Amino acid sequence: MKLSREEVLHIARLARLGLSDEEVETVREQLSNILENFEVLQTVDTDDVPPTAQSIHLSNVLRKDEECASFTQEEILANAPQKEDGFFRVRAVLE
Amino acid sequence: MTTDHDQLTIHEAHRLLEERRFSSVELTRACLDRIRYLDERVGAVVTVTEELALRQAAEADKRIAAGDAGPLTGVPMLVKDNMCTRGVLTTCSSKMLESFVPPYNATVVDKLEEAGAVIIGKANMDEFAMGSSTEHSAFSPTHNPWDLSRVPGGSSGGSAAAVAAGEAIFALGSDTGGSIRQPAGFCSVTGLKPTYGRVSRYGLVAFASSLDQIGPLTQDVTDCALVMNAIAGHDNRDSTSAPIPVPDYTQCLNGDVKGLKIGIPKEYFVEGMQPEVEDTIRAAIGQLEKLGASIDWEVSLPHTRHALAVYYVIAPSEASANLARYDGTTYGFRYKDGESMWDTMEKTRQFGFGAEVKRRIMLGTYALSAGYYDAYYLKAQKVRTLIRREFDEAFEKFDVLVTPTSPTVPFTMGEKLDDPVQMYLSDVCTLPINIAGLPAISIPAGFADGLPIGMQIIAKPFAEETILRIAHAFQQATDWHEKRARI
Repeated sequence: MKLSREEVLHIARLARLGLSDEEVETVREQLSNILENFEVLQTVDTDDVPPTAQSIHLSNVLRKDEECASFTQEEILANAPQKEDGFFRVRAVLE
Repeated sequence: MTTDHDQLTIHEAHRLLEERRFSSVELTRACLDRIRYLDERVGAVVTVTEELALRQAAEADKRIAAGDAGPLTGVPMLVKDNMCTRGVLTTCSSKMLESFVPPYNATVVDKLEEAGAVIIGKANMDEFAMGSSTEHSAFSPTHNPWDLSRVPGGSSGGSAAAVAAGEAIFALGSDTGGSIRQPAGFCSVTGLKPTYGRVSRYGLVAFASSLDQIGPLTQDVTDCALVMNAIAGHDNRDSTSAPIPVPDYTQCLNGDVKGLKIGIPKEYFVEGMQPEVEDTIRAAIGQLEKLGASIDWEVSLPHTRHALAVYYVIAPSEASANLARYDGTTYGFRYKDGESMWDTMEKTRQFGFGAEVKRRIMLGTYALSAGYYDAYYLKAQKVRTLIRREFDEAFEKFDVLVTPTSPTVPFTMGEKLDDPVQMYLSDVCTLPINIAGLPAISIPAGFADGLPIGMQIIAKPFAEETILRIAHAFQQATDWHEKRARI
């Protein structure tokens, strides 16, 4: 399983991950190699086997919908890369 | 205070604190001094919280004076840097979170503070807990205190190395595919990965949510039980934490393993395993037999050979989803000179994440993408079911399974850095346990040319007591866990 450069760029775009030209080439080689190691999975018979998403069999964990203490606006904004008037400041979404 | 106290256990420190042989402030200063003196070479600590520690130690001394001290009160410890500490940097050893100061504590941190433990700092790790050597820390690698030219294992390498070097009396780590046990094995300390759901993950920075679990790294099994008593239990803030009562884990440390049934799965003695590791583990199992356990050497878990592939589909898939939040908007690093919102976001992630994290995001995104989801992610989840079933069947016959923790002794720094598949293989004995959500411990089992070898003991879900009982009996009969790194 050899990935093409276009496939690597497509995945990077899905992940919103910038990669340098050099990184694209390294990732292409290493991912191809890793995926080759995964091909063994296709040999396992999994007909009628249900998937396991997690190992503790809890479902629909509910709690009462009650008011409780929360963080202040100041606390939540404390780590913001950029803020203004109590808001997170970001680059324009629509140009 | 003399340097004899540098590598105390929790239970020894507790006794000496109670006897007023030294105060918690003195003990805390001794650990802080040791970090100052040693950590330039070891690189186990990313943030030292001296002021907080001395304040907590003074509080602990008051509790001790008032006769209100628990086993952890006044004992200096380190928290792996992927667990949130209110007002204290929590970096995940990543440039992405280099200046992140959480407004809240992880539940485990709250619980340790209630128990009176003294937090002296945050432990180095592979970036976002992705790695097996702590060489993927964005700040600096951690070195193995037994041989500074070798890795301490990972991703909780800072936690394990700090305990081995006596920089802290115990530490918390997290384990997604072996990240507590493999470094515990490499540094000759005791490390427990509890059952998935046994310890709250609230405030643990998410890597692979269906696999992550927090646990202790300590000098011995008694200490491990004491830390488990403090951190285990249900938490309303983690819906995957188990609503199951927590026993007193020290009650099972009775030295009695007579009649316990131990299975040795042959698939864990893998091709390419170092002969000294195999010999050491076989000898350690022989020791358990002498203590009265019955051993079956012919157990087979054939799906073990698929565990590596299952893990490296599932963990990166979950990671790619969990790490989507690092977009430079609300917290963490932001690339300053982007041309647009999208460009800013892509460059934030390009320059904020290191090579291994990017590799896993790419791998996970690929496995979840249209056209490949069924072939990779869904297929891996189905094989996951088969792996779990195989363990369930084995635990109908056996109380525990015993294996090596890792196929080799600690490798040299740089050795596997450019070959991800080789690096991933160092976790081949520990990954299947996370896939199945089981509890497992690594305890010191011997040395090869002065380099540590760990033995892994695995049990069925929520049977930590069986593990601790056997591990404790082994430590009563051997002194590997008493050997200390001399640096």
